[in-house]
Amino acid sequence: MPDLGPLWLSLQLAAITTVILLALGTPLAWWLARTRSGLKPAIEALTALPLILPPTVIGFYLLILLNPTSPIGRFWLTLTGDTLTFSFTGLVVASVVYSLPFMVQPLQSAFESVGRAPLEAAASLGASPLDAFFSVAAPLSIRGFLTASILSFAHTIGEFGVVLMVGGSIPGQTRVISIAIFEQVESLQYQDAHILSGLLIAFSFATLLLVYSLNRRFRIHVG
Amino acid sequence: MSDDRLCLQLRARRGGFDLDIEAEIPLAGITAVFGPSGSGKTSLLRLVAGLDRPDEGRIAMGDTVWVDRARHVFTPSHQRAAGLVFQDARLFSHLSVAGNLDYAQRRAATGPTRFDFETIIEALDLAPLLPRRPASLSGGEAQRVALARALLTQPRLLLLDEPMAGLDHARKAELLPYLDTTLRQLEIPALYVSHSVEEVVRLSDRVLALSQGRCVAMGPVEEVFARLEIEPLERDFEAGSILAGQLIDQDERLQLSRVDIGGQVLELPMSAALQPGDTVRLRIRARDVAIATLKPQAISIRNVLDGRIMAISENETSPYADLTVSIGTSQLKARLTRASIEALELAPGQAVYALVKSASFDRGPG
Repeated sequence: MPDLGPLWLSLQLAAITTVILLALGTPLAWWLARTRSGLKPAIEALTALPLILPPTVIGFYLLILLNPTSPIGRFWLTLTGDTLTFSFTGLVVASVVYSLPFMVQPLQSAFESVGRAPLEAAASLGASPLDAFFSVAAPLSIRGFLTASILSFAHTIGEFGVVLMVGGSIPGQTRVISIAIFEQVESLQYQDAHILSGLLIAFSFATLLLVYSLNRRFRIHVG
Repeated sequence: MSDDRLCLQLRARRGGFDLDIEAEIPLAGITAVFGPSGSGKTSLLRLVAGLDRPDEGRIAMGDTVWVDRARHVFTPSHQRAAGLVFQDARLFSHLSVAGNLDYAQRRAATGPTRFDFETIIEALDLAPLLPRRPASLSGGEAQRVALARALLTQPRLLLLDEPMAGLDHARKAELLPYLDTTLRQLEIPALYVSHSVEEVVRLSDRVLALSQGRCVAMGPVEEVFARLEIEPLERDFEAGSILAGQLIDQDERLQLSRVDIGGQVLELPMSAALQPGDTVRLRIRARDVAIATLKPQAISIRNVLDGRIMAISENETSPYADLTVSIGTSQLKARLTRASIEALELAPGQAVYALVKSASFDRGPG
């Protein structure tokens, strides 16, 4: 039986990343769905970059941005006494960047399909814009929220290149499941690699199955 | 500034045309905003509701200034005491009918409850619909819920944007009496956008007529329509006339209302919203009026009015001629073929009988 620590670490990382992405991605997706600003295509392209860049490119620049000699890395070091690179916190930052499109794109299309009509109705009934977002736009986009969260979570579990470059492989800190499998294969521990890989395949399939069934049949009503 | 008027001075560019409107609308009864499609009716309503901003101008609801571009005043939609009923109802699909109504109630303007839940539910007959999902409602049912939802915000002004436009004939006939009774019973001032003469005559007290973004007429329904007879806004505007009278009584068995028009009696399909003594306005299309020189016997038409021909206008390129017939103090238009006029030897000054089918009325209480 292999050490299951990397699996728990991956789940922890994915959960924290998803929560942070919900907080950051929701306003960004809302803005993208509603704006008429000329900046929109540029911001959309920037958000989608992690989809097409090799993880090594992201990892490389994050390493430069977060290392203790960079302004951000130095600031974090003096603030917490810990480095951002080769730490769990650094992995969270990297995962947020890497999984951003998986949160923003489903949310943006959910918000776009809600459209202006229900929000105008809410405004005419006395709901402030914030009230209308939480009482109308969010419930009508509930499937978008579920899809976005599940995809962000699953994508974070599956990342490898960025994690390797920014985090290395420190047990309990940065050795997530994909790194553990890589090392087991390197050291010819095929038995352990089989178990972890099998778990990952089962998990990923279950996730995608959930997303597709949600999108297909689920009709969610509240209140 | 008078306390009881909605004052509009608005200029806004909207797509293909400019909206340029100045009007003072009394905040009592129902004001129809009437005009052909593309005349700016909905744009005007959206500006009053606060969903759009005018480029220039001012909107004041009594003493409350909602918009004053010159002074950078703009009250957002959710802070205006205006209830809005959209053409497409726009009920929240994630909430039940009861949930939709509750949504409005919770956000209602503070102050005395002018329209309480029970009264509205009863007036619009919504009790059986409360547990339903908006998706399961018919178009007419959805609009009844939308009207109730708008009223539950306790608005000082109700805005209705062609609430019947998306409905088929049967649904319209079902919804119209609800609108009629509820708006009258609750005595809420309303702007009612419509391009249907029938709805305007039936529901409204006065008309604001729009054409190409400008106000071309404003005043009592009879007056404005009399002007529109001369300069129609639309090519398919059907010639006709409006008669006003008092309701005498209702015949429940035969489902007819009897109306006194200057001492003569007209029968028309019954409307439960009316009480004896109420003023009733009728719009009679010229093509629904026939003329006889002798009082007809053994005929199904029951409305036979004594009158006198005032004028005949004919045109050599048309088979038709329009007659103006005085009925007491009112005037009735009739469209006949020029052949009938020759055959009957009709001439101005002649006493005639005007025949109107009961089934042909566009009716409105005043």
